[in-house]
Amino acid sequence: MAKDEITKEFKWIGTTPDRPDGLDKVTGRARYGADFNLPNMLYAAVVRSPHAHAKILKIDASKALAMKGVKAVVTRADLPEGLTGEDLYLQENTLAGEKALYDGHAVAAVAATSQLLANDAAKLIEVEYEVLPHVTDVDKAMAKDAPVILPDCADHTVPEGMGPNVARMIEFGRGDLDAGYAEADLVHEQSYTTEATHQGYIEPHAAVGQMGSDGKGEMWVCTQGQWFIRKMCSAVLGTDPAQLRVTPSEIGGGFGGKTTIFMEPLPLALSKKAGGRPVKLVMSRSDVLRATGPTASASMDVKMGMKKDGTITAAQVTFRMQGGPFPGASPVGEALSCAFACYDIPNLMHVGYEVLANRPKCAAYRAPGSPMAAYAVESMVDELCRELSLDPIDVRLKNGVKEGSRASYGPKFKTIGLAETLEAAKSHPNYAVALGPNQGRGVASGFWFNHGGETSVSLAISEDGTAQVSVGTPDIGGSRASIALMTAETLGIPYENVRVNIVETGALGVNEPTHGSRATFASGKAMWEAANQAIKEMCKRAAQKWDIDPEAVTWKDGAAHPAGDNAGQFEPMSIKEIAAEMGKTGGPISGHHESTPSGAGPSFGTHVVDVEVDPETGRVTVLRYLVTQDAGRAIHPQYVEGQYQGGAAQGIGWALNEGYIYGEDGRLQNSVFLDYRVPVASDLPMIDTVIVEVPNPGHPFGVRGVGETGITPPLPAIANAIHAATGARLRALPMNPPAVLAAIKAMA
Amino acid sequence: MSKMHVTATVNGDEVEFLADPRETLLDCLRDHLDLTGSKEGCGTGDCGACSVMLNGRLVPSCLVLGVETDGATIETIEGMAPEGALHPLQRKFIEHAALQCGFCTPGFLVAAKALLEKNPDPSESEIRYWLAGNLCRCTGYDKIVRAVQDAAAEMRGAA
Repeated sequence: MAKDEITKEFKWIGTTPDRPDGLDKVTGRARYGADFNLPNMLYAAVVRSPHAHAKILKIDASKALAMKGVKAVVTRADLPEGLTGEDLYLQENTLAGEKALYDGHAVAAVAATSQLLANDAAKLIEVEYEVLPHVTDVDKAMAKDAPVILPDCADHTVPEGMGPNVARMIEFGRGDLDAGYAEADLVHEQSYTTEATHQGYIEPHAAVGQMGSDGKGEMWVCTQGQWFIRKMCSAVLGTDPAQLRVTPSEIGGGFGGKTTIFMEPLPLALSKKAGGRPVKLVMSRSDVLRATGPTASASMDVKMGMKKDGTITAAQVTFRMQGGPFPGASPVGEALSCAFACYDIPNLMHVGYEVLANRPKCAAYRAPGSPMAAYAVESMVDELCRELSLDPIDVRLKNGVKEGSRASYGPKFKTIGLAETLEAAKSHPNYAVALGPNQGRGVASGFWFNHGGETSVSLAISEDGTAQVSVGTPDIGGSRASIALMTAETLGIPYENVRVNIVETGALGVNEPTHGSRATFASGKAMWEAANQAIKEMCKRAAQKWDIDPEAVTWKDGAAHPAGDNAGQFEPMSIKEIAAEMGKTGGPISGHHESTPSGAGPSFGTHVVDVEVDPETGRVTVLRYLVTQDAGRAIHPQYVEGQYQGGAAQGIGWALNEGYIYGEDGRLQNSVFLDYRVPVASDLPMIDTVIVEVPNPGHPFGVRGVGETGITPPLPAIANAIHAATGARLRALPMNPPAVLAAIKAMA
Repeated sequence: MSKMHVTATVNGDEVEFLADPRETLLDCLRDHLDLTGSKEGCGTGDCGACSVMLNGRLVPSCLVLGVETDGATIETIEGMAPEGALHPLQRKFIEHAALQCGFCTPGFLVAAKALLEKNPDPSESEIRYWLAGNLCRCTGYDKIVRAVQDAAAEMRGAA
């Protein structure tokens, strides 16, 4: 529901044309990671540790190498030494060194002339392990007597006397907590836990890599960011980034999990060892779940004080989050910053611990850290509201941040739309539907910062007056369409006359990935700057022809016009006419822009969910679901809705079904989709959306990123709804039938 | 292991390939016939991205061995509509923005076509349960279900 008075000033923005890549994607023609092949290509397979924590005593690949058709084996000994910090952790994660650190950790890789042969050869690589004690639970990993995963992992922030797996401590706050709690009529303190979940993109990681003995290489890979792949692979392999050319394929989902590397250096390392023959490596689903970035598991304490009128007087959190076996991967810092971002609370304290565990290295997952934080804080707000008989939306309106509020994490908010999302939820028909027995309604709000990031974009005018835009942010959910719409709007040409290409690393300066909800914001903003350069040049060409000052020419509706009567009387010169002559009037016309844009306005959202709980089985059915979220400006509203609906569905899965299950042996028990159950069509209702538009002053069209916030509110909103339906408060995820049933029985 | 010679009809054309007995139909379609529109999301029959029609029956092609398909008739996403044309489902998926990353889309289209051939007027619930074997992680299914409903309505009108 876009607000008409805002969008009607545009011709293209706010419309919903077919996406430019739609035809390729409904006919099976679009080429994803595993669809790419090269002549003389080899196929790779990876040997993975079956142990959660084990010393690697010996790797014997002689039997594999003796097989006909096996061309290369790589182990850690083939990778350069001397790396430090994150580069070292990326290398350790690519291939284990002295120790395997989690179930599924890669230990060796082999390339052969067929996939079947490579699989057979991998089975013949013999690895001798000495199994070590392991820990996968975050609270147990915090303990002083926990198995040591990486010796001396603690940085300077960790106080003396903590356990060996605490890598970092974060602490910040403001005001006077004790004074705040003293003002409150009700103070509550509770603990919550969330289990790790996986991004669950349907496309497994896949890459074809080729590298010669000279260190020059090429790679075709499904990724959210080709420059990140280039930088990280080069670091792991000790080669120069500029010598590696990375071309992104179409990408079958990422959600943050394809912003980093897992196996990507392996085809390059194998290729180099196999005389430069290209090598293809495609992960299995089980590899993906065992060894690519899930998100953190979390253990969280929350304390809040509220007055009878709903004013929140003080609040504090302590979060413990494990991010796998390496420092730097846990999103605990983001979680702390998101925890109270929706609220204007005078007295606050945040404490966080980053913890290592024998689990896969965490990667970003849609608003990293924010969903867990919201589960704890938004559940607590609901507990207080219910005890004080206050409406949860009114309490959020009363305490909610607005323009000028000092954010819980520091800066002052500019124009933001939390209150508008709350009002939209309150006035939506879903909020007034009468509920039946065993049914309950839950409300929660959510937040994500949004991100600008390094961005480089080129735009070129073609000979016929159409435009091509080269961007570095892979299109995961319709960004070609949004960028084409903004280009059409800026240049004043039809949407169909724009082609947006996602280009390889050789074509532009460094671009950060499609992450942080930044593609439409940052690539769109850079496109706008580039298009305005081209417009300036086109005005100059018209001025030349008319023999007037370029300043006396303006651009309107895809043509150069004399700026006013004083400029002279000339017929407008269209982009077509200018482009047709550009070779003779000064050469090709293009625009280029690169920057690290600031001003990515945060996006707030509010969700309302109705559930029905079966009191005999504990099964939770989502009856209706509403997402209201601030888009700033919806460029292509259908794809904005799609982000809201997709985020909500992932959050619903996290709340109700999904979660990593580790056995006593430290092995992942549910590494296939049958057991790691993401929501299917029959689990969900239609997901209603309201697109709130509070334009972001930091973008020429008012865009805020919309990708991430939507996954945040479902976790607490559903917990709050289950409480409303049953009286049972679930403070651990997932809230699957056995857990809900146990909570109901515990009350009786 | 020696390979076996397989002759089958794929999207109306007679094709031949040599299959290792361990290779799935999905492997054969993708690697021997270059029909890469069918996708492997799991390899265990859980995600539906590799859905094809085998002798008129909807199957995950990752759970069929290539050598089993000698003499079979197979339809894949590449044969969803005659060259140059689009099936109403394909058009409606684009119109409704029923895809984001698009990786699961071929499987959804093949499965939805099979549904509408059996049941031209499915309820929302019937659509959701029929498509429960196809995983989509991007859309939350809302726009997919609407696209199928709209395509079904259009096809009923045209019939």
